[in-house]
Amino acid sequence: MIQDGGQLTAHPHVHGPNCNHGSPVPPAPANALISGHGVSVSRNGRALIENVSLSIAAGEILTLIGPNGAGKSTLVRALLGLEPLTSGRIERKPGVRIGYVPQRFDLDPTIPLTVNRFLALGTSSGTGTWEMSATLGEVGAPHLLRAEVSRLSGGELQRVLLARALLHKPDLLVLDEPVRGLDHLGEAAMYDLISAVRDARGTAILLVSHDLNLVMAKTDRVLCLNRHVCCSGRPEAVAAHPAYAQLFGPEAARAFAVYTHHHDHTHDATGAPVPQPASKPAVKSLTKN
Amino acid sequence: MEPFFVRALLAAIGLAIIAAPLGCFVVWRRMAYFGETIAQASLIGVAAGLALQSNLTLAVVLMTLAMAVMLMALERQRIVPVDSLLGTMHYVALALGIIATSQLSGPTVNVMGFLFGDVLAVSTPDLVMLAAAAVAVYGTLYWLWEPLLRLSIHSDLAAAEGVAVQRTRIVFTLLLALVIALAIKVVGALLAIAFLIIPAVAARPLSRTPETMAMFAIGIAVLSAVAGLYLSAAYDLPSGPSIVVAMAGFALGSMVYASVRSKTALTS
Repeated sequence: MIQDGGQLTAHPHVHGPNCNHGSPVPPAPANALISGHGVSVSRNGRALIENVSLSIAAGEILTLIGPNGAGKSTLVRALLGLEPLTSGRIERKPGVRIGYVPQRFDLDPTIPLTVNRFLALGTSSGTGTWEMSATLGEVGAPHLLRAEVSRLSGGELQRVLLARALLHKPDLLVLDEPVRGLDHLGEAAMYDLISAVRDARGTAILLVSHDLNLVMAKTDRVLCLNRHVCCSGRPEAVAAHPAYAQLFGPEAARAFAVYTHHHDHTHDATGAPVPQPASKPAVKSLTKN
Repeated sequence: MEPFFVRALLAAIGLAIIAAPLGCFVVWRRMAYFGETIAQASLIGVAAGLALQSNLTLAVVLMTLAMAVMLMALERQRIVPVDSLLGTMHYVALALGIIATSQLSGPTVNVMGFLFGDVLAVSTPDLVMLAAAAVAVYGTLYWLWEPLLRLSIHSDLAAAEGVAVQRTRIVFTLLLALVIALAIKVVGALLAIAFLIIPAVAARPLSRTPETMAMFAIGIAVLSAVAGLYLSAAYDLPSGPSIVVAMAGFALGSMVYASVRSKTALTS
């Protein structure tokens, strides 16, 4: 499933002293739901992303991290076909269904819209109230069916958007900064919810985050983007990578490592991860210090 | 009732039914100024139609469609903000229209008639045209409603889910230009956009879904058309402006109702 295992995949071109060079981007695995090959996007002559290759396999959680302006949303939009490519190509497995939760969803308050009307829009006409209620229950928002979308709080809106994406029965969920505007408790709850959805449905998830300390413990792979792919691999491997430390500072790297090691698994004598029983992460560990 | 008054009534009601659902999208998509700019181009169409001695309605329709296409193309540029661009085009179109009509020889052109409309002068062929337009607008909206609504809610989400965003946007804009041209015939270039947006504004506080808002807008527009024409006949007032004032009355009432309701909801 995890195509490059614990090994780091470095980007194939020269850009700085701390990145590995020379190892070519491997071809997309046969079970990839969606893959990008040498994708570049530029706007007004300015490169937003350059020569990015990635693939997402069925059932895996791939987290895309990078500083502001790294091109994370551009890459996501390119994968979804919303952004014209300057070069490279996007391949989708035929018939793959994608659920999308955009980074910003500011409903114009002049549009009257209830949650149930919103959920019914664009889903197959057979989607009944029962299915909507069940899906809202799955994301922890069963009481919102009759609520007005423009009056939802940030956390409620994220849950409704997630429910709407799930009603499309996606093979892949694309979540662009799903914890945007949530407090630390809300973030932790949202990450728990996302991994619960993967466990229950086996849906692959592409998750975008700028918050490096909080990359969820259940991420299978992390791809670190700074217009190009800086490094990618398992979370703990990326956190130890010099390119990661250079981008985000050693402090961030330590906090990240602490979080993954203490709240998901421990390591046995050989260094292999040993899962811990699921427990709610303490709030304290979610803050940076 | 006099036949001319029956025709006026039918024209105003027909236009109300055609314009109200489109007006909801104009409000949702914040296109009021866009529509206003299209409406101002109609005077150029009038002048061209008179100069070429062709059908005036056809000339106006062609001119509003041309303006809509031009604005869609110009919206893509990034040099000037869109509202400044619309402001510029709005006044350029008005100025050119006035210059063009002033240069026409022959019988004096009734510019006022085109700026404020004359619903009492509507002819039977005009009514037939309105009926045909009603069929075209509702036929198009039947398959455009859901994609257009999804586009209005969130255009990226709609595009990611497979809505043909660009095509939907273009068809809607052309439909809007057509309805504006028809509204000019009834209420004039200066008041045409009022017919689109005021019923939608009045319907918003009463509605919880887009569909109920469109229904309320149609109802309010029809009632306003009847009430406005009655006022205009009873007190010898200009007809188009009377309809617009009736619409504004509904909008005011609905906003007062909404604010009273939200206050009682807070205190109870």
